[in-house]
Amino acid sequence: MSSSPLKTMLRICSPRFIVTMVAGFALMVLGAVTSPIVSAATSGSPQKGGSPSVPPQVEKINTSIAATWKDYSLKPSPMEDDLKWCRRVFLNILGRIPSFEEIQEFAKDKSPNRKQLLVDRLLNDDRYTEEYAANWSTIWANVLIGRNGGMEDRSLTNREGMLKYLRDCFARNRPYNDMVYELVTATGSSKPGTENFNGATNFLAMKVNEEEGVQATSAVSRTFLGLQVQCTQCHNHPFNEWKQQKFWEFNAFFRQTKSLRRFISGTRDVAHIELVDEDFSGESRRPDKADLFYQMRNGVTKVAYPVFVDGTAIDKSGYVQQINRRQELGKLMMQSPYMDKMIVNRMWAHFMTYGFTRPIDDLGPHNPSSNPELLEELGKEFRNSSYDLKQLMTWIVLSDPYQRSSRITADNVTDDPTVGEPPRFTHFYAKQMRAEELYQSLVVATQADRKGSLEEQEQRRSNWLRQFVVAFGTDEGDETSTFNGSIPQSLMMFNGDLMKEATSLEAGSWLQRISTTAAPAAEKVQYLFAAGLARKAKPEELNTAKSLLDARKNDTAAMLQDLWWAILNSNEFIINH
Amino acid sequence: MWNRFATPSGMDRRHFMSHMAGASALMGSSLAMGNSLRLHADEMKKNNKSAILLWMGGGPATIDLWDLKPGTSNGGPFKPIATSGSAQICEHLPLMAKQMHNMAIVRSMSTREADHNRGRYYMHTGFVPDPNIEHPSYGSVIAHELMGQREGLTIPPFVSVGGASEGPGFLGMAWAPFAVSNNGRVRDLGSPDSLDQQRLMQRMAALNMIETGFNNQKRGSAGEDHRKILGKTLDVMTSKQMEAFKVDKEPAEVRERYGRGFGEGCLLARRLVEAGVPFVEVDLGGWDMHMNIHTTLSTTKLPELDKAMSALMEDLAQRGLLENTAVIWMGEFGRTPRINGDAGRDHWARAWSTVVGGAGIKGGIAVGATNEDGTEIASEPYSSEDLMASVCKALGISLETTFQSRSGRPMKIANGGKIITELFA
Repeated sequence: MSSSPLKTMLRICSPRFIVTMVAGFALMVLGAVTSPIVSAATSGSPQKGGSPSVPPQVEKINTSIAATWKDYSLKPSPMEDDLKWCRRVFLNILGRIPSFEEIQEFAKDKSPNRKQLLVDRLLNDDRYTEEYAANWSTIWANVLIGRNGGMEDRSLTNREGMLKYLRDCFARNRPYNDMVYELVTATGSSKPGTENFNGATNFLAMKVNEEEGVQATSAVSRTFLGLQVQCTQCHNHPFNEWKQQKFWEFNAFFRQTKSLRRFISGTRDVAHIELVDEDFSGESRRPDKADLFYQMRNGVTKVAYPVFVDGTAIDKSGYVQQINRRQELGKLMMQSPYMDKMIVNRMWAHFMTYGFTRPIDDLGPHNPSSNPELLEELGKEFRNSSYDLKQLMTWIVLSDPYQRSSRITADNVTDDPTVGEPPRFTHFYAKQMRAEELYQSLVVATQADRKGSLEEQEQRRSNWLRQFVVAFGTDEGDETSTFNGSIPQSLMMFNGDLMKEATSLEAGSWLQRISTTAAPAAEKVQYLFAAGLARKAKPEELNTAKSLLDARKNDTAAMLQDLWWAILNSNEFIINH
Repeated sequence: MWNRFATPSGMDRRHFMSHMAGASALMGSSLAMGNSLRLHADEMKKNNKSAILLWMGGGPATIDLWDLKPGTSNGGPFKPIATSGSAQICEHLPLMAKQMHNMAIVRSMSTREADHNRGRYYMHTGFVPDPNIEHPSYGSVIAHELMGQREGLTIPPFVSVGGASEGPGFLGMAWAPFAVSNNGRVRDLGSPDSLDQQRLMQRMAALNMIETGFNNQKRGSAGEDHRKILGKTLDVMTSKQMEAFKVDKEPAEVRERYGRGFGEGCLLARRLVEAGVPFVEVDLGGWDMHMNIHTTLSTTKLPELDKAMSALMEDLAQRGLLENTAVIWMGEFGRTPRINGDAGRDHWARAWSTVVGGAGIKGGIAVGATNEDGTEIASEPYSSEDLMASVCKALGISLETTFQSRSGRPMKIANGGKIITELFA
């Protein structure tokens, strides 16, 4: 890998510049006055804290993907610049770009396994635990209850309860299978601070009462098994192996479950819900063989009992004491290879932009996968790792395809999933940050929105995110985001309050502190490019800065403000590449 | 009608470009930015037509609105009433009844997508969802086709009001819907005083340099799309035509006539069409009534729809806009004729209705029919493609128009749908 970006970083951050940076942030990370060049030169042996080696699963990924390249006569792009890879990893694991100091820390690390060390830090260092948990709980809350979940009129979902449960899971790195079992079988109260609180109940809180648990049926099968059954609710789907019978057999697992509303005393306002399992007497009123009926398209009525997707039937009793149907379902799911493949596909898509199938949560036999053996293999490896999500993340981010440049070359230009081709992972597929990632990047990298208590900050974040959510107003809670690269997003980036704060020159602001250091203006410009784009400014960009400085009548702070606005508004900033 | 494009003053795109030229000398950067696409200006004659799509998210029970089955077990409690056209409609749409001479009900819609997401996609694009390709929606297609006729339009050609509509697919983000709420308020427009405009142009020049540098590295289409949006964003910030979004400039009695919420959205649609916007979608959600459907319809949903939609039709007609404006009313599907155990109706795509009018479409009629209990159609079936083809015809867009997806696949406009001939008799 090229060392030029490394040199670049070192040049940007001359010792004098570091020392003269405002107290606190730069000094804290870089330590004393020691020149990073000197310390880098003397290092080279593994750093303190042990040296994680590359896990064998990485090799499996590399071999398998390289074979695909050969099969399709494609050549991968060169390896990505290390600092860009670093930015990528921060965005994908912590949900934000690295701060200048963090890039610096990585850049000055001369050890041959500095990439492993970085991944290890992000996943296991205490200083990141909270951010890691916050990022993944946000991602999973969006998967489980949607971006709008808990915001609906008369919602039964408690978003904070959902997040609290998830944060706890990710902070402790709970095994994935345990998490799935808990989400599927949870009982208790949805709201933090109430008796019997169990935040996991929020996943199903709004999916069991109406329409006989139809939402729970499709959400559980889709989210955790990658089986799309919603169309088979009404009819046998021509392209789906799933038939209507299977849908209702799966649905039968949820028939004991109810969301009981708990009201604010003296009112009809729902305070929270209690998710419970109750005896299900069946539609024929025979609890020992509790059945349900559904109607076929031709008007014929058929009966269904709980049967898992692989054909395993459980006892038909509706008595919870004899058979807790959700717990039985949970146990059966734990055995299913679909569960393993679904999470691998989801995580792969998170890091690699595209999964092995499109959509990622449709693994049915009608929907071919781009790399079926690798998906299968990684599923098994993940199971063997005791469902350790951090290990799975490590395998992916250290893999060869993840480290490839996002630059498209003549030898892989046909590998273009945007035109509908199956992804071959010859280059990293650039994609726009999610709204949450942009927010967090501005907060952490430019220290925007740091005012007020943590609760106030969280409230502002949540309000800011909500402006982009559009609900379609259907029972399924369908929604979309206008944070999609269209004009409203651009207007927010040009003029929004958050951006005003990120580019503020108020006393104590990030930009103001940089502008008041003693470093020459050119160094300050380099600082902005490093912090925002993880690279050095090009000569023409320095010239532009110079022209801006003239236009601002030699007011460096104002010039930096202009430039920072331009950097934050650029495609290069907002596109994870 | 076209003098509405008053000579823009202040900082619009052209102004911006000339400033950029100045800034260019200062910055020494290339300034190809903001060259918006001007396509198809050649073949078509001057076309000042527009379309307004009233999107009924959730799937309206058209059996309770436009194609009643009184006296059958599926009929429900509503009674049909006479209209100014030949067809009867629901008693809870008394104001619309007076506008039906301008509208045609297509009663033999028959589609296959009864899932919300799939149905929304299919009705918006004319294509069933395909995980490997994203098709452009109605608004993107029509904006793309008519924009070439809108010299001087400096606001987005596809506006989505009170919802998100569907995306531009392979046409690219430059044709994405510009989403605003019913009251037309656009967030973060920036104040003209907040930053001196020259400084904004200088910032834009610096931004342009970074954008171009990034795109030169060939990291995929997302970067190109981003750059196209920047010029459009400046337009929105500076165009005088943005006045069209200010619904509150309307006289109080007009606002009262339309009503609030969805009504404001309809009023906004009229203002936008008046300003030359080729496609506006106004969303009214909440039709997914699996329970207590008739109470909800008669007490809230239908009065809201009736007031707003009738005001729009009346207003368009009075202003002479209707002859050039197609109005389309539809949702993703209809609802089950059979009333379920919760007094609701579920999803039903096999037999349902849409309503269209304006832009030369024949009003006052019902096209096609359903059988006695509303479960099946009893005449030639019409699809999303057919409806879209008919709307294109009304708007003077050639059905021979073919798009090319990014992979080079040719795709016929409206997916090759056939014109519903009764609408043009």
